[in-house]
Amino acid sequence: MQHNKRNIFSYLIQVFLLVSYFSFTALQVNAQEHGNHSHNEATHTATVDAHHGEETHGEEEVDAGKLIMEHIADAHDWHIATIGHTHVTVPLPIIIKDASGIKMFSSSKFEHGHAAYEGYKLAEGKIVAVNADGSENHEAHFYDLSITKNVASMFISVIVLCWIMFSVASSYSKNQGKAPKGLANLIEIGVLFIRDEVAKPSIGPKYHKFLPYLLTIFFFIFINNLFGLIPIFPGGANVTGNIAITLVLALFTFVVTSINGNKSYWGHIFMPPGVPKALWVLLVPIEIIGMLNKPIVLMIRLFANITAGHIIMLGFFSLIFIFGAMSEGLGLGVSVLSVAFTVFMNFLELLVAFLQAYVFTLLSALYFGSAVEEHHHEEHH
Amino acid sequence: MELVKPGLGLVFWMTITFSIVLFLLSKFAWKPILNSIREREDSINNALNAAEDARKQMSALQANNEKLLNEARAEREKMLKEAQEMKDNIISQAKKTADDEAQKLIAKANASIESAKLNAMNELKTQVAVLSVDLAEKVLRKKMEDRSQQEAFVNENLKSITLN
Repeated sequence: MQHNKRNIFSYLIQVFLLVSYFSFTALQVNAQEHGNHSHNEATHTATVDAHHGEETHGEEEVDAGKLIMEHIADAHDWHIATIGHTHVTVPLPIIIKDASGIKMFSSSKFEHGHAAYEGYKLAEGKIVAVNADGSENHEAHFYDLSITKNVASMFISVIVLCWIMFSVASSYSKNQGKAPKGLANLIEIGVLFIRDEVAKPSIGPKYHKFLPYLLTIFFFIFINNLFGLIPIFPGGANVTGNIAITLVLALFTFVVTSINGNKSYWGHIFMPPGVPKALWVLLVPIEIIGMLNKPIVLMIRLFANITAGHIIMLGFFSLIFIFGAMSEGLGLGVSVLSVAFTVFMNFLELLVAFLQAYVFTLLSALYFGSAVEEHHHEEHH
Repeated sequence: MELVKPGLGLVFWMTITFSIVLFLLSKFAWKPILNSIREREDSINNALNAAEDARKQMSALQANNEKLLNEARAEREKMLKEAQEMKDNIISQAKKTADDEAQKLIAKANASIESAKLNAMNELKTQVAVLSVDLAEKVLRKKMEDRSQQEAFVNENLKSITLN
């Protein structure tokens, strides 16, 4: 059964990776084309723009690849809307640790990359050190620990998550021994699902120890996925679609797996049983790669899925403006299709939000299961 | 490729945040939630088990009642049978006794009849003997009136006696 599941998931992983690969390459090409276009033919567009007057400024800005990448990537201020030429953003704290200590200031000091502050400035959304004359200093050594858009969004979602769970916990202690009410009812479905469908069958009798961790990653990923689907301020950040976030989650799973790995788990990696010792030279590296592969797969799957979802939806919206730039009527016509597709994609993403949280949790549980499982070599080989 | 390069700051904050969230949720959310769920499940299980036990006890009780009833019925049957037997016994005993008594009476009567008959027979015999002797005396007297005749007769008889 477990083996079967793993097989299905390995197929799913391949499919997901393929899909995300294609969407990435497509967008990369798109972005590059647009980039080249705007660089090489800047003068041309400028002359064309002159005919259209004020409106054409918008036309130049329709660069779907850049727009999408900006939305997907992390940022030092939280962009909400652009009205005319005014960017409505929430400035976020910048925290920089360098040789002279820790510097903390608001990202509004950078004026969206137009100004340098305390020896740093924003270039393409990234903090770079600048020399006194304003040129970029690539040798400077510093750590950027700023509260970025993703960090802030994660804080908000974590606060919401804790608030939900604490209120549910208190409602349980209030309704001791009674049926759950309201929110607790909803959460209990998830809790029981993780406990009975994920932890118990994947880990076996020792599932109790891992249940808090599994519940935490499930609800953490799920709520961040959902927040990512909210298009305006408290949501909209691509938290679970950021590789740093999924990296840390996967590392947690890897560390928990490694700490709890029993003798037979490590034995299977470093002393594969039932194999001639001469083959260990070959098998041990493969086993080690397999062990490291697990968290990497976890990391990439969640990142690619969520990012791909965001890219697709943003892509549909960008279509409206790309066609709108060609002609207003075309843009209106396409908008109907785009909105319809985006609505459809939103529903699909709701499913993906749950599915990816579930898959991450399930695979973590399977890894824990393999770490604490008592192997029976006769059966295994 | 900016997208697949994990940012240091994000890794840093994520590690801290996630550790805190994991700790807080484990301690203040999952523990009470899972405990209450388990307690509730236990209490439901206990209640179900108790109901099952009660049902079993009930059926056991019912079976017991049935058994008692059957036993009582069997007892009654047995008692009736015994009474019947006793009655039959008594009647047959009584009959037997009566028969025996009657037999005895009959036997007694028969015996007394027999003895009476015997007595009567004996008496009759004696009587007949006396009468015959008397008659014989009378006949003899008549016949032995003369002396010679007497002597002849005695002699004749004597002869037969001595020969004997």
